[in-house]
Amino acid sequence: MAHIDINAEKGTSLWEDAWRRLKKNRLALFGLGVLVLFVVSALLTPWIAPYAYDAQNLDLGATPPSAQHWLGTDIFGRDLLTQIMYGGRISLAVGFVATAVALVIGVTWGAVAGYIGGRVDAVMMRIVDILYALPFMIFIVLLMVVFGRNLLLLFLAIGAVEWLTMARIMRGQVQALRKQEFVEAAISLGLSPMTIIRRHLVPNALGPIIVYTTLTIPSVMLLEAFLSFLGLGIQPPKTSWGLLISYGAETMEEYPWLLIFPGLALTTTLFALNFLGDGLRDALDVRRSAD
Amino acid sequence: MNLLEVRDLQVDFNTRNGHTIAVNKISFTVKKGEITAIIGESGSGKSVACYSLLGLLPQPPASIESGTAVFEGRDLLTLSESELRQIRGRDIAMIFQDPMTCLNPFMTIGDQLIEPLMFHKKVSKASALARAKELLVEVGIRDPEATINNYPHEFSGGMRQRVMIAMALINEPKLLIADEPTTALDVTIQAQILKLVADLQKKRDIGVIFISHDLAVVADIADQIIVMEKGFVVEQGDSNAIFTAASHPYTQKLLAAIPSDTKVTTLNDPEPLIQVKNLKTYFNTGTTVVKAVDDVSFDINRGEIVGLVGESGSGKSTIGRSILRLLPITSGHISLDGQDLTKLDTNTLKQTRRRMQMIFQDPYASLNPRMSVYDTLAEPLLLHKIETRKTVEHAVLRLMDEVGLARAFIRKYPHEFSGGQRQRIAIGRALATKPEFIVADEPVSALDVTIQAQILDLMLDLGKQYGLTMLFVSHDLAVVRHIADRIIVLYHGKIVETGTSETLFNTPQEAYTKSLLASIPGRNRLAS
Repeated sequence: MAHIDINAEKGTSLWEDAWRRLKKNRLALFGLGVLVLFVVSALLTPWIAPYAYDAQNLDLGATPPSAQHWLGTDIFGRDLLTQIMYGGRISLAVGFVATAVALVIGVTWGAVAGYIGGRVDAVMMRIVDILYALPFMIFIVLLMVVFGRNLLLLFLAIGAVEWLTMARIMRGQVQALRKQEFVEAAISLGLSPMTIIRRHLVPNALGPIIVYTTLTIPSVMLLEAFLSFLGLGIQPPKTSWGLLISYGAETMEEYPWLLIFPGLALTTTLFALNFLGDGLRDALDVRRSAD
Repeated sequence: MNLLEVRDLQVDFNTRNGHTIAVNKISFTVKKGEITAIIGESGSGKSVACYSLLGLLPQPPASIESGTAVFEGRDLLTLSESELRQIRGRDIAMIFQDPMTCLNPFMTIGDQLIEPLMFHKKVSKASALARAKELLVEVGIRDPEATINNYPHEFSGGMRQRVMIAMALINEPKLLIADEPTTALDVTIQAQILKLVADLQKKRDIGVIFISHDLAVVADIADQIIVMEKGFVVEQGDSNAIFTAASHPYTQKLLAAIPSDTKVTTLNDPEPLIQVKNLKTYFNTGTTVVKAVDDVSFDINRGEIVGLVGESGSGKSTIGRSILRLLPITSGHISLDGQDLTKLDTNTLKQTRRRMQMIFQDPYASLNPRMSVYDTLAEPLLLHKIETRKTVEHAVLRLMDEVGLARAFIRKYPHEFSGGQRQRIAIGRALATKPEFIVADEPVSALDVTIQAQILDLMLDLGKQYGLTMLFVSHDLAVVRHIADRIIVLYHGKIVETGTSETLFNTPQEAYTKSLLASIPGRNRLAS
């Protein structure tokens, strides 16, 4: 019986199939590997960092890379590698958490508005429009004033701004998809609206969503840098890649390594994300793969 | 006199997925004053052959490997792009399948008509417009003074195809290539366009290549027929010979696939399963109210197949969807087995959906592209708790056997299947819940003719096996006649005539039914 070849490849869900295809994409696996490495080192930083994050050696000042300080030291004599590792904790956390917040709210909001349509859609999208129109900075400052400065709040605030575009993209996708006959077929089978959204609409809209997500993560990291620069985000001696870059930019003529290395950390992450994102998009699009 | 002589034409495609020979050493001639029909299913190379003559194929991936195509003493295949441009639209003109997409929506009909004339003949705009108006009259568009400044969206599909024909003829071409010009049109419009092409061809004494997948369409107009299969010409000859004494098995198969029999109804005790009373479904477009279904009442008896026939806009699909409660109805009653479907709450309706299912027209759109055969077929079984996670795989395999899909395909995704196989998946999904009633909305109109016949046979077999009651919605009378016990003719949302297939086809009462029957392509030749 044909029973055998089914058990041979048990993967039946879209995600299992996607993982099987992703494994064949070397560039995407490389991206995934780099990201995992960064995340793991960020988690283990307090134990593996060569120095304490606030350890200063004022005698040194800014020194170029050496055997003791692999990536050199900053103007206060702090080890740059340690700074970058600690900064990565904040930057990666902001990037992933804020984007996850944006993803969950945006996709759900957009899918519901697009699927139900009519008045519900009109009201939901006008809310998005109003939030769009709200000056972002005032919104963040307001949050900080009311709730005090707090890292978690920063994540939520950035996520709460980024979901708006996500919702619009998702709504557009769902509006185009819900007119397709397979959605009608799903209704006539008796599926509930939430199941239709989850099983039939979201998987078909993943392509643009994933691409936008990989673009959102770096832009969120830069947003955090901007806020921190204004004194609304992370404060020294805590640091993030964005902050390191902006300080590095100030002194790049005398001490270029202070800009180059944090910049490299951010761009490497960005590249890795893009490779992974492209790979994921292809892996999830069953039509692209030849197997 | 030979107008076009094609010898040993071979066109290859080189893509990442491999090398295919789309057109394999074909030879044919087109005579002046004759209609040459090229018949074949999708992928047979019929369009590729004609497009390659005019340099309209993107190269790469296509490449013309060998052959000559002599048109008025010149080999088209050796001409440069600029020389070809002089020939295209002036000596050889084309009409395409879809008149909706082949006209520029931002240009008036008049501007589009005179464009080829002014490009090739360098005449003044005023005289070009005058010529355009003459042609519009010739292709049957009334009042060209008024319509020439209209935009394409202001015309119906048939009218747009007439404009396309006028545009093709404006430079007095010697050869006209028509690529499935009537496939996107209603059956009565199709008959008109076919007649127009035949008339214009006679009047102007030009050569015509008519590409079609449907032998019946060209039956009445073609002088010569070329049958293509998988890149080869399998048979060619004059039209009479093909229809009376086709020698190649593939041609015989094509001829046999044209449904020409009338289903003889055996009436059992009529016990209505579906009752539709005074159904009205209106669409509010904001400015106007479209009465898609306007006060329609009928019954469908248990075990009966009822054909619902009408042109686009007649409301036939809307009735099907209204019965299944996929569209909100304006007023009226629909009952399944005595239970009023219009009064059900969401939960009961969900339970009842199990008993009535739908098969859709386009098997490319009706299957979720991200779900494998297994996922698609398992979904209804699990949803209605007909099977458990453990037993569902066996049930899916059994369904696949029933609809004629190889078991090895269970993990494949829709894009990996042909149109016919996809429709089998869709039929399997509709049958999964063992419904009593099925609405089939043009289930074969997107398929090739031989595949159509297979799918219709499958539906008839499964219908018998499951004791299904079916509402078969179609614009194709030949198909409905083959499958339906009883036929309902619709026009503008109202029922025109109802009768068994036999009586309706042999003794139609209403004028509209008669005109519909008269439009069935190839009926003269095929009836004999």
